[in-house]
Amino acid sequence: MVNSGLINANPIVYEKKERRVRSAPTYNDEYTVEPIDQLESFLLTFLNHIRDIKDPEHPYSLEELKVITENAIEVDDRRSYVRVTFTPTVEHCSMATVIGLCLRVKLMRSLPSRYKVDIKVAPGTHATEAAVNKQLNDKERVAAALENPNLVDMVDECLGASYA
Amino acid sequence: MDLYDRNLELREVQTLQGHTDRVWSLAWNPATVASGLPPVFASCSGDKTVRIWERSHISRTWDCKAVLEETHTRTVRSCAWSPTGKLLATASFDATTAIWENIGGDFECVSTLEGHENEVKSVSWNSSGSLLATCSRDKTVWIWEVMPGNEFECASVLQGHTQDVKMVKWHPTLDILFSCSYDNTVKVWAEDGTGDWHCIQTLGESNNGHSSTVWALSFNAEGDKMVTCSDDLTLKVWGTDIGRMQSADEHVPWNHLCTLTGYHDRTIFSVHWSREGIIASGAADDAIRFFVESKDGLDGNPSYKLLLKKEKAHNMDINSVQWSPGENRLLASAGDDGKIKIWELETVG
Repeated sequence: MVNSGLINANPIVYEKKERRVRSAPTYNDEYTVEPIDQLESFLLTFLNHIRDIKDPEHPYSLEELKVITENAIEVDDRRSYVRVTFTPTVEHCSMATVIGLCLRVKLMRSLPSRYKVDIKVAPGTHATEAAVNKQLNDKERVAAALENPNLVDMVDECLGASYA
Repeated sequence: MDLYDRNLELREVQTLQGHTDRVWSLAWNPATVASGLPPVFASCSGDKTVRIWERSHISRTWDCKAVLEETHTRTVRSCAWSPTGKLLATASFDATTAIWENIGGDFECVSTLEGHENEVKSVSWNSSGSLLATCSRDKTVWIWEVMPGNEFECASVLQGHTQDVKMVKWHPTLDILFSCSYDNTVKVWAEDGTGDWHCIQTLGESNNGHSSTVWALSFNAEGDKMVTCSDDLTLKVWGTDIGRMQSADEHVPWNHLCTLTGYHDRTIFSVHWSREGIIASGAADDAIRFFVESKDGLDGNPSYKLLLKKEKAHNMDINSVQWSPGENRLLASAGDDGKIKIWELETVG
């Protein structure tokens, strides 16, 4: 296994969560039901957009590796804003920027163009957290990366397994 | 005239469509002003093309006069006209800078500058048109000497930035070069009299500088002030003693004068200072803002006030705002929505 060449040779694989089509309202107060219901359905739509992205190294989805969880996405539809926080499987994961790029591309392809997207690694989960976050949110670097055929192939392979 | 006391309004003159990807940058041809020719500017895009736009004398509407394509193989990130307006330089992610000559209305690629290891991000001509500067993700800044017959010779490769260099800009009157970077600094470069170029000052976080990527910079008409914009959501104004700079042999430093904070919500990609002193900024929050110096600076340093804010100027990020060199209040903006907009800042009432 040492010579497998993988960054994280033995990842922990978690069960896929049951897909919720529509969430039950959390509160019974009739005045608060609607906005919460709306927000939850937005969250679910977004989550479904990205949870099935394949890990660059393994035949598992980002959800199965708990790189992405339900709490990973914040949406403010009124402000057209989305923030995705992901958790690399290991602290020195050199795949973190590729995962982040996959998330960005998936959201770019799925969301209306009015949305502003910020992508971050969860605080304390990556050795070079600030550098990874800065690179993932520099749109010039992202644009240049997406003109690199090797990187695009890698991203497409990760997104190809997705059925959202 | 005190601009701040006037009621101003930003009127959309025209929206120009043609680019099929985000528009990164704009450059007005400086030579059309003196010659009385109709105003012209160039735009460049992720669609790998450059477009030339001209305003008709008769209809006053803007039209695309030329599409410069099939030269750059990747995004064209920025463009700049030579001071005479005869040459257009375009910097591309394909690691080259192309020089185009306007030959009777047709643009011909007359030279290709190679040397950078990867994406070229910005290009700038000095005031006399004798030098060209380029910068790249390879962390270097190159100075090129303009030789007869459209030849360009690399005069110096400047190393100092620790990350990719986002923009280079020559001082409007002196041969001093400024570069800003993903390493959060602005560097000032000058020639030492023997043909060697050196970094003579670094404006970093420890000198009240920016705390994230510096995307762009612009000078006021006098050349004694500079404004920078950043991913840290601030604009910063810097000043120098221009009189001493012109006469002295020694280096005259630039000092932080003030920070404009709390205005933009997302990365500020572009800033441009008009000849009459209005700072325009364009950002990833889709808004254009205008600032002017206000008279009630308390500590002797100037302070700047928000003059006007145009929300939703584009439907997506704004990458470039550029004042026309001719008519005072004409501004062009470019965005991720692939559109270019021409605006006029008007006094109402």
